[in-house]
Amino acid sequence: MVRHIVEEAELENGLGIVETRYFTFASPPNELILDCGERFGPITVAYETYGVLDEDRSNAILVLHAFSGDAHAAGWHEGESKPGWWDDMIGPGKAFDTDRYFVICSNVLGGCKGTTGPSSPNPATGKPYGIDFPPVTIPDMVRVQSRLLDYLGIDRLLTVTGGSMGGQQVLEWLVSYPRRVRSAIVIATAARHSPQQIAFNEVGRQAILADPDWQNGQYYGGEPPARGLSVARMVGHITYMSDKSMAEKFGRRTGGNGKAHPFGTGFEVEDYLHYKGLSFVDRFDANSYLYITRAIDDYDAARDGSLADAFRGLKARILVLSFKSDWLYPSYQSLEIVRACKIAGVDVTYCEINSTYGHDAFLLEVDEETTLVTHFLRKVFGGDRT
Amino acid sequence: MKHDIRGAAHSTIIDWVEPDSSVLELGCGGGELLSRLVTERSVKAQGIEIDDASIYLCVQKGLNVLQEQVDAALRDYSDKTFDFTIFDQSLQRVVRQPDVVLEEALSVSRKTIVGFSNFAHYRARYQIFFKGRTPVTASLPYEWHDTPNLHFLSVADFRGYCDSRNILIEKAAFFTGSGPTRWWPNLMALTGFFQISRGIPAG
Repeated sequence: MVRHIVEEAELENGLGIVETRYFTFASPPNELILDCGERFGPITVAYETYGVLDEDRSNAILVLHAFSGDAHAAGWHEGESKPGWWDDMIGPGKAFDTDRYFVICSNVLGGCKGTTGPSSPNPATGKPYGIDFPPVTIPDMVRVQSRLLDYLGIDRLLTVTGGSMGGQQVLEWLVSYPRRVRSAIVIATAARHSPQQIAFNEVGRQAILADPDWQNGQYYGGEPPARGLSVARMVGHITYMSDKSMAEKFGRRTGGNGKAHPFGTGFEVEDYLHYKGLSFVDRFDANSYLYITRAIDDYDAARDGSLADAFRGLKARILVLSFKSDWLYPSYQSLEIVRACKIAGVDVTYCEINSTYGHDAFLLEVDEETTLVTHFLRKVFGGDRT
Repeated sequence: MKHDIRGAAHSTIIDWVEPDSSVLELGCGGGELLSRLVTERSVKAQGIEIDDASIYLCVQKGLNVLQEQVDAALRDYSDKTFDFTIFDQSLQRVVRQPDVVLEEALSVSRKTIVGFSNFAHYRARYQIFFKGRTPVTASLPYEWHDTPNLHFLSVADFRGYCDSRNILIEKAAFFTGSGPTRWWPNLMALTGFFQISRGIPAG
């Protein structure tokens, strides 16, 4: 009852009920040419928008989700108990103020939340693609986003923003479509993955591939590789937290849910990981996990040269944010992006936000991010030169 | 009313900085000087600062600022990226290796402006000589145990430093507690400001 009232209040303060919409393009013979060289289509993109596009179409903000995110960035879906994944930051009076700005978020190519991915039906066979889905890259994902903007009639973005994998896509926007972005907010990301980051993703991939239910990727209609996918997610969650945030959240408490085998002590942290792993199976496709982590690991914003060369001539203003306790995307990786901006003569602001939440901080340190983002956007929207 | 010595010093720096130039301030604090430079000289401004709270103040003022140690901040810029680099009290306070950092500053900018507290002010001399105490003055208002200063230097020290390294002193300004002064700066000035460059002296 109390919970119900809270939700009513939140609905009124935020965006209220929102809906995901769909845009389909690249139908044969006009397929999209992917980085792998393959012509691919049709492609359906799931997206949401919040706020109103102004008359000169200058207030559009593209928000890019992280690995397991989706197009539902803010507001509420009918009948759901949680708002979108960045509802703390997007809405009336919030950092990405929908009273001023028109905010767009779409699910990535290769995903499983409405945009075409390995679980979508292959028009050639009528069955889900599985591993016949082409290998997609971060630049491919961004290419699809740019087609969505064309469709929405937006030539130039006020800003493009995202954290983690979303941050990689922000960098790709800057490199591939420099004239389409007036500014960029790059959060807790890297221009290229370190061996450590690749290693954690590889453990996740191997967990899925080792699950007999994976069935070479054609498990649709049967049992999904739930054990593999949940172990993969457990590893992920460990990397999103910090030693300190885990100690504060769980300590060495046991939850009384000891399993019926000799190793089932049931520490709270174990129960938490099991819960997170299992609930992930219900909302995420194992093949998407494989495809998207591959794209993240293979990405290099600098291609074969230096990031500074890739940034040269860039007119966009950039805000780079990292978090002190984030060991998955440590600050030195953000500083490499900052260094490239310095060398290339790009206007840049960098802040290492003091947080103990680890990589999760980018979804949790709302007050700090709000202050920085609000003023940064106002400056860009105002068009001043400093 | 107490004379606004800091505001007056900032006005001197603003006088020296040419309109529409590009400025990098090392240790820019909350961005007071930089935002005055933006407003009064329409400069393209960039700040370097390590303190969390100060970074937020700078962003609120709409300034480009990087949260970095000053010692590490200059090495990535190529030669003459900026028209001016500015150290307002920061050379003595936050720079661990002034020699290295000043050299870098003179490379990445055409001109460098340095402001510092004068350790040879007569009140400081008096306290050392007659009282045998580490001096506490209006521009060095700290005890030995709580001072943010890493280095202590005088107006004469700085001139000597520039001479020994063939650094050209283009402009200088000095302030007492009540305003600018031109007389006996090494004795009378609480703070000194110098505009220096790698330029070749005329003649």
